[in-house]
Amino acid sequence: MTHPSLTGLRVALSGGTSGLGLALVRALAARGASVAFFARSTDRVAAVARDNPGTHGIASDVSKKDDTHRLAMRILAALSGLDVLVNNASSLGPVPLAPLADTACEDLEVALATNLVGPFRLTKALLGALGAAAREGRPALVINVTSDAAVTAYPLWGAYGVSKAALSHLSRIWDEELAAHGIRVLAVDPGDMDTPLHALAVPDADRATLKRPEEAAREIVALIEEEAVRARGDTSRPATA
Amino acid sequence: MRAATRAVQRPPDARLLVVSAGGALRHVARAALAEALRPGDLLVANDAATIPASLAGVHVPTLAPIEIRLAGRRSLAAADVREWVALVFGEGDHRMRTEDRPPPPPLRPGDTLRLGPLRARVIRLLGHQRLVSIRFAGSPEVIWEGIARHGRPIQYAHVAEPLAMWDVWTRLAALPAAFEPPSAGFVVDWGMLARLSARGVGFATLTHAAGISSTGDPALDARLPLDEPYLIPAATARAVAKTKASGGRVVALGTTVTRALEGAALRDGTVRVGAGLATGRIGRGTRLRVVDAIVTGAHEPTDSHYELLRAFAGDVVLARATAELERRGYRTHEFGDSLLLERFQVPRMK
Repeated sequence: MTHPSLTGLRVALSGGTSGLGLALVRALAARGASVAFFARSTDRVAAVARDNPGTHGIASDVSKKDDTHRLAMRILAALSGLDVLVNNASSLGPVPLAPLADTACEDLEVALATNLVGPFRLTKALLGALGAAAREGRPALVINVTSDAAVTAYPLWGAYGVSKAALSHLSRIWDEELAAHGIRVLAVDPGDMDTPLHALAVPDADRATLKRPEEAAREIVALIEEEAVRARGDTSRPATA
Repeated sequence: MRAATRAVQRPPDARLLVVSAGGALRHVARAALAEALRPGDLLVANDAATIPASLAGVHVPTLAPIEIRLAGRRSLAAADVREWVALVFGEGDHRMRTEDRPPPPPLRPGDTLRLGPLRARVIRLLGHQRLVSIRFAGSPEVIWEGIARHGRPIQYAHVAEPLAMWDVWTRLAALPAAFEPPSAGFVVDWGMLARLSARGVGFATLTHAAGISSTGDPALDARLPLDEPYLIPAATARAVAKTKASGGRVVALGTTVTRALEGAALRDGTVRVGAGLATGRIGRGTRLRVVDAIVTGAHEPTDSHYELLRAFAGDVVLARATAELERRGYRTHEFGDSLLLERFQVPRMK
Protein backbone atom coordinates (compact mmCIF):
# COMPACT_ATOMS: atom_id res chain seq x y z
CA MET A 1 0.00 0.00 0.00
CA THR A 2 1.36 3.43 -0.85
CA HIS A 3 1.07 6.07 1.84
CA PRO A 4 0.02 9.60 1.01
CA SER A 5 2.76 12.10 1.45
CA LEU A 6 2.94 14.29 4.57
CA THR A 7 4.26 17.26 2.62
CA GLY A 8 3.12 20.48 4.24
CA LEU A 9 1.97 18.81 7.46
CA ARG A 10 3.28 20.71 10.50
CA VAL A 11 4.34 18.40 13.33
CA ALA A 12 5.85 19.22 16.71
CA LEU A 13 7.15 16.58 19.09
CA SER A 14 8.76 16.42 22.49
CA GLY A 15 11.87 14.35 22.85
CA GLY A 16 13.37 13.74 19.47
CA THR A 17 16.99 13.19 20.42
CA SER A 18 16.72 9.49 21.29
CA GLY A 19 14.48 6.43 21.15
CA LEU A 20 11.02 6.78 19.66
CA GLY A 21 11.29 10.58 19.34
CA LEU A 22 14.41 10.40 17.21
CA ALA A 23 12.88 7.68 15.04
CA LEU A 24 9.80 9.89 14.62
CA VAL A 25 11.85 12.94 13.61
CA ARG A 26 13.53 10.84 10.91
CA ALA A 27 10.34 9.13 9.70
CA LEU A 28 8.29 12.33 9.58
CA ALA A 29 11.01 14.33 7.84
CA ALA A 30 11.47 11.50 5.33
CA ARG A 31 7.78 11.73 4.45
CA GLY A 32 8.00 15.46 3.84
CA ALA A 33 6.45 16.82 7.06
CA SER A 34 7.70 20.07 8.58
CA VAL A 35 9.08 18.99 11.94
CA ALA A 36 9.92 20.89 15.12
CA PHE A 37 11.26 18.84 18.02
CA PHE A 38 12.24 19.93 21.49
CA ALA A 39 14.31 18.32 24.21
CA ARG A 40 16.40 19.38 27.17
CA SER A 41 19.94 18.91 25.92
CA THR A 42 21.08 21.83 23.77
CA ASP A 43 23.95 19.83 22.28
CA ARG A 44 21.88 16.80 21.34
CA VAL A 45 19.10 18.96 19.90
CA ALA A 46 21.64 20.75 17.72
CA ALA A 47 23.19 17.43 16.60
CA VAL A 48 19.84 15.90 15.58
CA ALA A 49 18.81 19.12 13.75
CA ARG A 50 22.13 19.02 11.90
CA ASP A 51 21.67 15.36 10.92
CA ASN A 52 18.10 15.99 9.72
CA PRO A 53 18.22 19.10 7.53
CA GLY A 54 15.01 21.08 7.42
CA THR A 55 13.91 20.07 10.92
CA HIS A 56 13.77 22.65 13.71
CA GLY A 57 15.41 21.70 17.01
CA ILE A 58 14.49 23.65 20.14
CA ALA A 59 16.21 23.25 23.51
CA SER A 60 13.48 23.40 26.14
CA ASP A 61 12.24 21.55 29.21
CA VAL A 62 8.57 20.67 28.87
CA SER A 63 8.23 20.20 32.64
CA LYS A 64 8.94 23.90 33.33
CA LYS A 65 5.83 26.05 33.47
CA ASP A 66 7.60 29.32 32.68
CA ASP A 67 8.96 27.91 29.42
CA THR A 68 5.61 26.72 28.07
CA HIS A 69 4.51 29.72 26.03
CA ARG A 70 8.03 30.63 24.95
CA LEU A 71 8.38 27.10 23.59
CA ALA A 72 4.93 27.28 22.02
CA MET A 73 5.88 30.55 20.33
CA ARG A 74 9.05 29.06 18.86
CA ILE A 75 7.17 26.02 17.57
CA LEU A 76 4.50 28.18 15.95
CA ALA A 77 7.11 30.51 14.45
CA ALA A 78 9.20 27.62 13.13
CA LEU A 79 6.24 25.85 11.51
CA SER A 80 3.95 28.87 10.82
CA GLY A 81 1.22 27.13 12.81
CA LEU A 82 0.62 23.53 13.85
CA ASP A 83 -1.34 20.46 12.73
CA VAL A 84 0.03 17.66 14.92
CA LEU A 85 1.55 17.64 18.40
CA VAL A 86 3.20 14.46 19.68
CA ASN A 87 3.82 14.44 23.43
CA ASN A 88 6.50 11.79 23.44
CA ALA A 89 9.12 12.75 26.06
CA SER A 90 8.81 10.71 29.24
CA SER A 91 10.34 10.50 32.67
CA LEU A 92 10.66 7.10 34.28
CA GLY A 93 10.40 8.37 37.85
CA PRO A 94 12.91 6.83 40.26
CA VAL A 95 15.92 5.09 38.70
CA PRO A 96 16.43 2.27 39.42
CA LEU A 97 12.71 1.51 39.54
CA ALA A 98 11.36 1.36 43.08
CA PRO A 99 8.25 0.12 44.87
CA LEU A 100 5.74 2.91 45.33
CA ALA A 101 6.26 2.78 49.08
CA ASP A 102 9.94 3.56 48.51
CA THR A 103 9.32 6.23 45.84
CA ALA A 104 10.29 9.70 46.98
CA CYS A 105 7.46 12.21 46.65
CA GLU A 106 9.81 14.32 44.56
CA ASP A 107 10.34 11.46 42.09
CA LEU A 108 6.57 11.04 41.72
CA GLU A 109 6.28 14.79 41.13
CA VAL A 110 8.97 14.72 38.46
CA ALA A 111 7.19 11.89 36.64
CA LEU A 112 3.87 13.76 36.82
CA ALA A 113 5.48 17.05 35.73
CA THR A 114 7.11 15.52 32.67
CA ASN A 115 4.50 12.93 31.66
CA LEU A 116 1.25 14.66 32.59
CA VAL A 117 1.36 18.32 33.58
CA GLY A 118 3.94 19.33 30.97
CA PRO A 119 1.99 17.81 28.06
CA PHE A 120 -1.23 19.30 29.50
CA ARG A 121 0.24 22.80 29.60
CA LEU A 122 1.88 22.66 26.20
CA THR A 123 -1.20 21.20 24.56
CA LYS A 124 -3.28 23.97 26.12
CA ALA A 125 -0.90 26.64 24.84
CA LEU A 126 -1.05 25.14 21.34
CA LEU A 127 -4.81 24.46 21.22
CA GLY A 128 -5.49 27.84 19.64
CA ALA A 129 -3.25 26.94 16.73
CA LEU A 130 -4.77 23.44 16.45
CA GLY A 131 -8.25 24.96 16.44
CA ALA A 132 -7.19 27.32 13.64
CA ALA A 133 -5.86 24.34 11.67
CA ALA A 134 -9.18 22.51 12.12
CA ARG A 135 -11.19 25.54 10.96
CA GLU A 136 -9.06 25.63 7.83
CA GLY A 137 -9.94 22.00 7.11
CA ARG A 138 -6.50 20.70 8.08
CA PRO A 139 -5.85 17.77 10.40
CA ALA A 140 -5.62 18.85 14.04
CA LEU A 141 -4.25 16.06 16.17
CA VAL A 142 -2.57 15.50 19.51
CA ILE A 143 -0.85 12.16 20.09
CA ASN A 144 0.07 11.34 23.66
CA VAL A 145 2.55 8.48 23.93
CA THR A 146 1.54 6.18 26.75
CA SER A 147 2.39 2.67 27.81
CA ASP A 148 0.81 -0.61 28.82
CA ALA A 149 2.00 0.39 32.31
CA ALA A 150 -0.91 2.85 32.17
CA VAL A 151 -3.31 -0.12 32.12
CA THR A 152 -1.56 -3.00 33.88
CA ALA A 153 -0.43 -2.59 37.50
CA TYR A 154 3.22 -3.62 37.08
CA PRO A 155 5.04 -3.65 40.41
CA LEU A 156 7.96 -1.16 40.51
CA TRP A 157 6.50 0.96 37.66
CA GLY A 158 4.38 3.06 40.04
CA ALA A 159 5.40 6.67 39.31
CA TYR A 160 5.60 6.05 35.58
CA GLY A 161 2.41 3.95 35.42
CA VAL A 162 0.37 6.44 37.43
CA SER A 163 1.49 9.36 35.26
CA LYS A 164 0.81 7.47 32.02
CA ALA A 165 -2.61 6.29 33.27
CA ALA A 166 -3.49 9.91 33.97
CA LEU A 167 -2.19 10.97 30.54
CA SER A 168 -4.33 8.28 28.87
CA HIS A 169 -7.44 9.43 30.69
CA LEU A 170 -6.65 13.06 29.94
CA SER A 171 -6.46 12.10 26.27
CA ARG A 172 -9.86 10.40 26.34
CA ILE A 173 -11.62 13.30 28.06
CA TRP A 174 -9.97 15.89 25.84
CA ASP A 175 -10.85 13.92 22.73
CA GLU A 176 -14.52 13.95 23.77
CA GLU A 177 -14.45 17.67 24.52
CA LEU A 178 -12.58 18.77 21.42
CA ALA A 179 -14.24 16.51 18.84
CA ALA A 180 -16.83 19.20 18.10
CA HIS A 181 -14.00 21.63 17.38
CA GLY A 182 -12.37 19.28 14.89
CA ILE A 183 -9.42 18.38 17.13
CA ARG A 184 -8.53 14.78 18.00
CA VAL A 185 -6.53 13.71 21.05
CA LEU A 186 -5.26 10.13 20.97
CA ALA A 187 -3.27 8.07 23.44
CA VAL A 188 -0.92 5.64 21.72
CA ASP A 189 0.95 2.77 23.37
CA PRO A 190 3.98 2.04 21.20
CA GLY A 191 4.83 -1.20 23.03
CA ASP A 192 8.07 -2.23 24.79
CA MET A 193 10.84 -0.72 22.69
CA ASP A 194 14.60 -0.96 22.64
CA THR A 195 15.22 2.60 23.85
CA PRO A 196 17.44 4.37 26.39
CA LEU A 197 14.36 4.71 28.64
CA HIS A 198 13.76 0.98 28.61
CA ALA A 199 17.43 0.30 29.28
CA LEU A 200 17.23 2.55 32.34
CA ALA A 201 14.17 0.68 33.60
CA VAL A 202 15.26 -2.87 32.76
CA PRO A 203 19.05 -2.86 32.34
CA ASP A 204 19.29 -6.64 31.81
CA ALA A 205 16.43 -6.99 29.29
CA ASP A 206 16.97 -9.22 26.27
CA ARG A 207 17.06 -6.49 23.63
CA ALA A 208 16.27 -8.97 20.87
CA THR A 209 12.76 -9.36 22.30
CA LEU A 210 12.09 -5.62 22.24
CA LYS A 211 10.41 -3.68 19.45
CA ARG A 212 12.58 -1.40 17.33
CA PRO A 213 11.64 2.27 17.86
CA GLU A 214 11.66 2.68 14.06
CA GLU A 215 8.81 0.19 13.83
CA ALA A 216 6.77 2.07 16.46
CA ALA A 217 7.54 5.33 14.63
CA ARG A 218 6.21 3.84 11.38
CA GLU A 219 2.97 2.90 13.14
CA ILE A 220 2.54 6.41 14.54
CA VAL A 221 3.30 7.97 11.15
CA ALA A 222 0.67 5.69 9.61
CA LEU A 223 -1.82 6.86 12.23
CA ILE A 224 -1.01 10.51 11.42
CA GLU A 225 -1.48 9.80 7.72
CA GLU A 226 -4.82 8.18 8.41
CA GLU A 227 -5.99 11.23 10.38
CA ALA A 228 -4.72 13.58 7.67
CA VAL A 229 -6.72 11.72 5.03
CA ARG A 230 -9.79 11.72 7.27
CA ALA A 231 -9.51 15.48 7.87
CA ARG A 232 -9.21 16.24 4.17
CA GLY A 233 -12.10 14.02 3.25
CA ASP A 234 -14.43 14.80 6.12
CA THR A 235 -16.68 17.63 5.00
CA SER A 236 -18.98 17.30 8.00
CA ARG A 237 -16.45 18.98 10.28
CA PRO A 238 -17.81 21.98 12.12
CA ALA A 239 -14.92 24.02 10.67
CA THR A 240 -16.07 27.59 10.33
CA ALA A 241 -19.64 28.74 10.27
CA MET B 1 -14.34 54.71 34.35
CA ARG B 2 -11.32 53.14 35.99
CA ALA B 3 -8.56 50.96 34.68
CA ALA B 4 -8.72 47.20 35.26
CA THR B 5 -5.52 46.61 37.20
CA ARG B 6 -5.42 42.82 37.49
CA ALA B 7 -4.32 40.55 34.68
CA VAL B 8 -7.41 38.34 34.66
CA GLN B 9 -8.68 37.61 31.15
CA ARG B 10 -12.18 36.54 32.13
CA PRO B 11 -13.14 38.03 35.50
CA PRO B 12 -16.36 36.31 36.65
CA ASP B 13 -18.02 39.71 37.04
CA ALA B 14 -17.00 41.07 33.61
CA ARG B 15 -19.80 43.01 31.96
CA LEU B 16 -20.93 43.73 28.43
CA LEU B 17 -22.87 46.82 27.43
CA VAL B 18 -24.96 46.03 24.37
CA VAL B 19 -25.64 49.10 22.25
CA SER B 20 -28.20 48.51 19.51
CA ALA B 21 -28.17 50.28 16.17
CA GLY B 22 -31.04 52.42 17.44
CA GLY B 23 -29.08 53.40 20.55
CA ALA B 24 -30.90 51.17 23.05
CA LEU B 25 -28.66 50.07 25.93
CA ARG B 26 -28.67 46.89 28.00
CA HIS B 27 -26.21 45.24 30.36
CA VAL B 28 -25.40 41.54 30.27
CA ALA B 29 -22.75 39.32 31.80
CA ARG B 30 -19.87 39.21 29.32
CA ALA B 31 -19.65 35.44 29.66
CA ALA B 32 -23.11 35.43 28.01
CA LEU B 33 -21.81 37.00 24.78
CA ALA B 34 -23.06 33.99 22.81
CA GLU B 35 -26.60 34.68 23.99
CA ALA B 36 -26.26 38.38 23.09
CA LEU B 37 -25.64 37.38 19.45
CA ARG B 38 -28.24 36.02 17.04
CA PRO B 39 -28.37 32.64 15.33
CA GLY B 40 -26.89 33.18 11.88
CA ASP B 41 -24.36 35.78 13.09
CA LEU B 42 -20.66 35.17 12.52
CA LEU B 43 -18.19 36.10 15.27
CA VAL B 44 -14.71 36.74 13.87
CA ALA B 45 -11.70 36.79 16.23
CA ASN B 46 -8.01 37.61 15.91
CA ASP B 47 -5.96 34.47 16.65
CA ALA B 48 -2.57 36.23 16.75
CA ALA B 49 -0.37 35.03 19.61
CA THR B 50 1.37 37.84 21.44
CA ILE B 51 5.11 38.20 20.97
CA PRO B 52 7.06 39.20 24.11
CA ALA B 53 7.92 42.43 22.32
CA SER B 54 9.55 44.41 25.12
CA LEU B 55 13.34 43.98 24.99
CA ALA B 56 15.53 45.61 27.61
CA GLY B 57 19.09 46.40 26.60
CA VAL B 58 21.80 48.90 25.91
CA HIS B 59 22.45 51.53 23.23
CA VAL B 60 26.04 50.53 22.56
CA PRO B 61 27.46 53.92 21.38
CA THR B 62 26.47 55.59 24.67
CA LEU B 63 26.05 52.50 26.89
CA ALA B 64 22.74 54.03 27.95
CA PRO B 65 20.04 51.58 29.10
CA ILE B 66 17.07 51.40 26.75
CA GLU B 67 13.84 49.49 26.28
CA ILE B 68 12.82 48.52 22.77
CA ARG B 69 9.18 47.76 22.03
CA LEU B 70 8.75 45.96 18.76
CA ALA B 71 5.84 47.70 17.05
CA GLY B 72 5.63 46.84 13.39
CA ARG B 73 6.64 44.40 10.69
CA ARG B 74 6.09 44.17 6.95
CA SER B 75 4.51 40.75 6.84
CA LEU B 76 3.45 37.86 9.05
CA ALA B 77 5.82 35.42 7.37
CA ALA B 78 7.64 33.65 10.19
CA ALA B 79 10.97 34.04 8.40
CA ASP B 80 10.43 37.80 7.98
CA VAL B 81 11.79 38.75 11.39
CA ARG B 82 14.96 40.68 10.66
CA GLU B 83 13.45 44.13 10.24
CA TRP B 84 11.00 45.76 12.61
CA VAL B 85 9.59 49.14 13.43
CA ALA B 86 10.40 49.75 17.08
CA LEU B 87 9.59 52.22 19.79
CA VAL B 88 12.57 53.13 21.98
CA PHE B 89 12.48 54.37 25.57
CA GLY B 90 15.29 55.49 27.84
CA GLU B 91 15.90 54.01 31.27
CA GLY B 92 12.98 52.58 33.24
CA ASP B 93 10.34 49.91 32.94
CA HIS B 94 6.61 49.39 32.80
CA ARG B 95 6.08 50.54 36.37
CA MET B 96 6.72 54.11 35.21
CA ARG B 97 3.85 55.66 33.23
CA THR B 98 4.65 55.69 29.54
CA GLU B 99 4.16 59.47 29.44
CA ASP B 100 6.86 59.85 32.09
CA ARG B 101 9.48 57.66 30.44
CA PRO B 102 12.64 59.51 29.45
CA PRO B 103 13.52 59.52 25.76
CA PRO B 104 16.31 57.26 24.52
CA PRO B 105 19.75 58.70 23.84
CA PRO B 106 19.90 60.32 20.39
CA LEU B 107 19.74 57.45 17.88
CA ARG B 108 21.50 57.38 14.54
CA PRO B 109 21.37 55.00 11.60
CA GLY B 110 24.00 52.32 12.13
CA ASP B 111 23.94 52.45 15.94
CA THR B 112 24.28 49.03 17.54
CA LEU B 113 21.79 47.88 20.16
CA ARG B 114 22.49 45.00 22.56
CA LEU B 115 19.24 43.41 23.69
CA GLY B 116 20.02 40.43 25.91
CA PRO B 117 21.25 37.71 23.53
CA LEU B 118 20.13 39.74 20.50
CA ARG B 119 22.10 42.26 18.45
CA ALA B 120 20.41 44.86 16.29
CA ARG B 121 21.26 47.97 14.32
CA VAL B 122 19.24 51.11 13.82
CA ILE B 123 18.43 51.41 10.12
CA ARG B 124 16.32 54.55 9.94
CA LEU B 125 14.74 57.16 12.16
CA LEU B 126 11.03 57.39 11.49
CA GLY B 127 10.31 61.05 12.07
CA HIS B 128 10.42 60.89 15.86
CA GLN B 129 13.22 60.36 18.40
CA ARG B 130 11.40 57.32 19.79
CA LEU B 131 10.49 55.58 16.54
CA VAL B 132 13.04 53.73 14.41
CA SER B 133 13.40 50.77 12.16
CA ILE B 134 15.90 48.18 13.31
CA ARG B 135 17.50 45.06 11.87
CA PHE B 136 18.46 42.04 13.99
CA ALA B 137 21.60 40.04 13.28
CA GLY B 138 21.29 36.28 12.76
CA SER B 139 18.96 33.73 11.21
CA PRO B 140 15.20 33.75 11.84
CA GLU B 141 15.67 30.85 14.29
CA VAL B 142 18.30 32.76 16.25
CA ILE B 143 16.08 35.86 16.33
CA TRP B 144 12.99 33.96 17.50
CA GLU B 145 15.08 32.20 20.13
CA GLY B 146 16.43 35.54 21.37
CA ILE B 147 12.98 37.09 21.55
CA ALA B 148 11.59 34.00 23.30
CA ARG B 149 14.39 33.96 25.87
CA HIS B 150 14.74 37.66 26.52
CA GLY B 151 11.45 39.34 25.62
CA ARG B 152 8.70 40.30 28.03
CA PRO B 153 5.12 41.18 27.19
CA ILE B 154 4.67 44.91 26.61
CA GLN B 155 3.10 46.29 29.75
CA TYR B 156 1.71 49.55 31.10
CA ALA B 157 1.73 51.03 34.61
CA HIS B 158 -1.97 50.38 35.30
CA VAL B 159 -1.16 46.67 35.79
CA ALA B 160 1.39 46.45 38.60
CA GLU B 161 2.27 42.74 38.57
CA PRO B 162 4.71 41.70 35.84
CA LEU B 163 2.78 40.05 33.02
CA ALA B 164 3.55 36.45 32.11
CA MET B 165 3.10 35.09 28.61
CA TRP B 166 -0.04 33.19 29.67
CA ASP B 167 -1.56 36.49 30.82
CA VAL B 168 -1.41 37.86 27.28
CA TRP B 169 -2.07 34.82 25.08
CA THR B 170 -5.74 34.38 24.31
CA ARG B 171 -7.30 30.92 24.22
CA LEU B 172 -7.17 31.29 20.42
CA ALA B 173 -3.49 32.23 20.15
CA ALA B 174 -1.89 30.68 17.06
CA LEU B 175 0.69 32.43 14.87
CA PRO B 176 2.97 34.73 16.92
CA ALA B 177 2.16 38.09 15.36
CA ALA B 178 0.69 40.55 17.88
CA PHE B 179 2.77 43.17 19.71
CA GLU B 180 0.10 43.63 22.34
CA PRO B 181 -2.65 41.11 23.00
CA PRO B 182 -5.73 41.28 20.77
CA SER B 183 -7.51 41.72 24.08
CA ALA B 184 -11.10 41.66 22.84
CA GLY B 185 -10.38 37.95 22.34
CA PHE B 186 -9.86 37.47 26.09
CA VAL B 187 -13.63 37.00 26.31
CA VAL B 188 -13.47 33.69 24.39
CA ASP B 189 -12.82 30.35 26.02
CA TRP B 190 -13.57 26.84 24.80
CA GLY B 191 -16.82 26.73 26.72
CA MET B 192 -17.97 29.85 24.88
CA LEU B 193 -17.02 28.33 21.52
CA ALA B 194 -19.32 25.41 22.32
CA ARG B 195 -22.16 27.78 23.33
CA LEU B 196 -21.74 29.83 20.13
CA SER B 197 -22.03 26.66 18.10
CA ALA B 198 -25.06 25.46 20.07
CA ARG B 199 -26.79 28.79 19.44
CA GLY B 200 -26.09 28.66 15.71
CA VAL B 201 -23.58 31.50 15.79
CA GLY B 202 -20.67 30.92 13.43
CA PHE B 203 -17.08 31.40 14.53
CA ALA B 204 -14.04 32.21 12.41
CA THR B 205 -10.56 33.62 12.90
CA LEU B 206 -8.00 35.72 11.09
CA THR B 207 -4.51 36.75 12.12
CA HIS B 208 -3.71 40.44 12.54
CA ALA B 209 -0.55 41.97 14.00
CA ALA B 210 -2.24 43.94 16.77
CA GLY B 211 0.05 46.87 17.45
CA ILE B 212 1.01 48.99 20.41
CA SER B 213 -1.77 51.01 21.98
CA SER B 214 0.20 53.89 23.45
CA THR B 215 3.61 55.50 23.01
CA GLY B 216 3.50 58.05 25.80
CA ASP B 217 3.85 60.88 23.29
CA PRO B 218 0.83 62.68 21.81
CA ALA B 219 2.53 63.32 18.47
CA LEU B 220 3.39 59.64 18.08
CA ASP B 221 0.04 58.44 19.42
CA ALA B 222 -1.57 60.46 16.63
CA ARG B 223 0.25 58.16 14.16
CA LEU B 224 -1.31 55.01 15.65
CA PRO B 225 -2.24 52.48 14.58
CA LEU B 226 0.82 51.84 12.45
CA ASP B 227 0.45 49.72 9.31
CA GLU B 228 -0.42 46.19 10.42
CA PRO B 229 -0.11 43.01 8.33
CA TYR B 230 -2.90 40.46 8.45
CA LEU B 231 -3.80 37.08 7.03
CA ILE B 232 -7.33 35.93 6.17
CA PRO B 233 -7.83 32.15 5.79
CA ALA B 234 -10.00 30.88 2.93
CA ALA B 235 -12.39 29.29 5.42
CA THR B 236 -12.95 32.68 7.08
CA ALA B 237 -13.63 34.42 3.76
CA ARG B 238 -16.11 31.65 2.93
CA ALA B 239 -17.82 32.05 6.30
CA VAL B 240 -18.14 35.83 5.78
CA ALA B 241 -19.63 35.33 2.30
CA LYS B 242 -22.07 32.72 3.57
CA THR B 243 -23.15 34.94 6.47
CA LYS B 244 -23.69 37.94 4.21
CA ALA B 245 -25.64 35.86 1.70
CA SER B 246 -27.97 34.53 4.37
CA GLY B 247 -28.60 37.89 6.02
CA GLY B 248 -26.57 37.28 9.20
CA ARG B 249 -24.32 39.84 10.81
CA VAL B 250 -20.54 39.80 10.81
CA VAL B 251 -19.44 40.64 14.36
CA ALA B 252 -15.80 41.67 14.76
CA LEU B 253 -14.19 40.69 18.05
CA GLY B 254 -11.99 43.75 18.46
CA THR B 255 -10.65 46.69 16.52
CA THR B 256 -7.91 44.63 14.85
CA VAL B 257 -10.46 42.27 13.32
CA THR B 258 -12.39 45.28 12.06
CA ARG B 259 -9.24 46.71 10.48
CA ALA B 260 -8.38 43.42 8.78
CA LEU B 261 -11.89 42.68 7.48
CA GLU B 262 -12.41 46.21 6.19
CA GLY B 263 -8.89 46.26 4.74
CA ALA B 264 -9.69 43.09 2.79
CA ALA B 265 -13.25 44.15 1.91
CA LEU B 266 -14.55 43.74 -1.60
CA ARG B 267 -17.41 45.79 -3.01
CA ASP B 268 -20.00 43.10 -2.33
CA GLY B 269 -19.20 42.88 1.39
CA THR B 270 -17.10 39.75 1.13
CA VAL B 271 -13.36 39.67 1.86
CA ARG B 272 -10.21 38.81 -0.08
CA VAL B 273 -8.34 35.70 1.05
CA GLY B 274 -4.69 35.88 2.03
CA ALA B 275 -2.12 38.35 3.24
CA GLY B 276 -2.70 42.09 3.36
CA LEU B 277 -1.54 45.26 5.08
CA ALA B 278 -4.02 47.38 7.01
CA THR B 279 -3.17 51.03 6.50
CA GLY B 280 -4.92 54.24 7.41
CA ARG B 281 -7.50 54.75 10.11
CA ILE B 282 -11.09 53.77 10.45
CA GLY B 283 -13.23 56.47 11.99
CA ARG B 284 -15.99 58.96 11.47
CA GLY B 285 -17.05 58.87 7.85
CA THR B 286 -15.51 55.47 7.08
CA ARG B 287 -18.03 53.35 5.20
CA LEU B 288 -17.93 49.87 6.68
CA ARG B 289 -18.42 47.21 4.02
CA VAL B 290 -18.16 44.00 6.04
CA VAL B 291 -18.43 44.48 9.78
CA ASP B 292 -21.95 44.89 11.19
CA ALA B 293 -21.09 45.01 14.88
CA ILE B 294 -18.02 45.14 17.08
CA VAL B 295 -17.19 43.70 20.49
CA THR B 296 -14.46 45.81 22.04
CA GLY B 297 -13.07 46.93 25.37
CA ALA B 298 -14.60 49.88 27.14
CA HIS B 299 -12.57 52.93 26.16
CA GLU B 300 -12.32 56.53 27.30
CA PRO B 301 -13.32 58.97 24.54
CA THR B 302 -9.73 60.26 24.56
CA ASP B 303 -8.35 56.79 23.71
CA SER B 304 -7.10 56.21 20.16
CA HIS B 305 -9.33 53.12 19.84
CA TYR B 306 -12.40 55.26 20.41
CA GLU B 307 -12.11 56.97 17.04
CA LEU B 308 -12.81 53.64 15.32
CA LEU B 309 -16.15 53.38 17.10
CA ARG B 310 -17.30 56.52 15.26
CA ALA B 311 -17.52 54.41 12.12
CA PHE B 312 -20.20 52.35 13.89
CA ALA B 313 -22.29 54.96 15.69
CA GLY B 314 -22.97 58.66 15.77
CA ASP B 315 -21.84 61.01 18.51
CA VAL B 316 -25.19 61.00 20.30
CA VAL B 317 -25.27 57.21 20.68
CA LEU B 318 -21.59 57.03 21.63
CA ALA B 319 -22.02 59.78 24.22
CA ARG B 320 -24.99 57.92 25.75
CA ALA B 321 -23.01 54.69 25.81
CA THR B 322 -20.01 56.39 27.40
CA ALA B 323 -22.18 58.03 30.04
CA GLU B 324 -23.69 54.62 30.83
CA LEU B 325 -20.26 52.98 31.10
CA GLU B 326 -19.23 55.80 33.42
CA ARG B 327 -22.36 55.57 35.55
CA ARG B 328 -22.06 51.80 35.99
CA GLY B 329 -18.34 51.92 36.73
CA TYR B 330 -17.17 49.81 33.78
CA ARG B 331 -13.47 49.04 33.83
CA THR B 332 -11.26 50.13 30.95
CA HIS B 333 -8.10 48.82 29.30
CA GLU B 334 -7.17 45.34 28.13
CA PHE B 335 -8.42 43.42 31.17
CA GLY B 336 -11.55 45.53 31.55
CA ASP B 337 -15.22 45.25 30.60
CA SER B 338 -16.60 45.26 27.07
CA LEU B 339 -19.02 46.84 24.69
CA LEU B 340 -21.05 45.27 21.86
CA LEU B 341 -21.82 48.03 19.39
CA GLU B 342 -24.08 47.52 16.38
CA ARG B 343 -23.45 49.60 13.31
CA PHE B 344 -26.12 52.18 12.62
CA GLN B 345 -28.28 51.16 9.67
CA VAL B 346 -27.66 52.84 6.38
CA PRO B 347 -31.08 53.17 4.69
CA ARG B 348 -31.15 50.84 1.70
CA MET B 349 -31.92 52.20 -1.74
CA LYS B 350 -34.79 50.35 -3.32
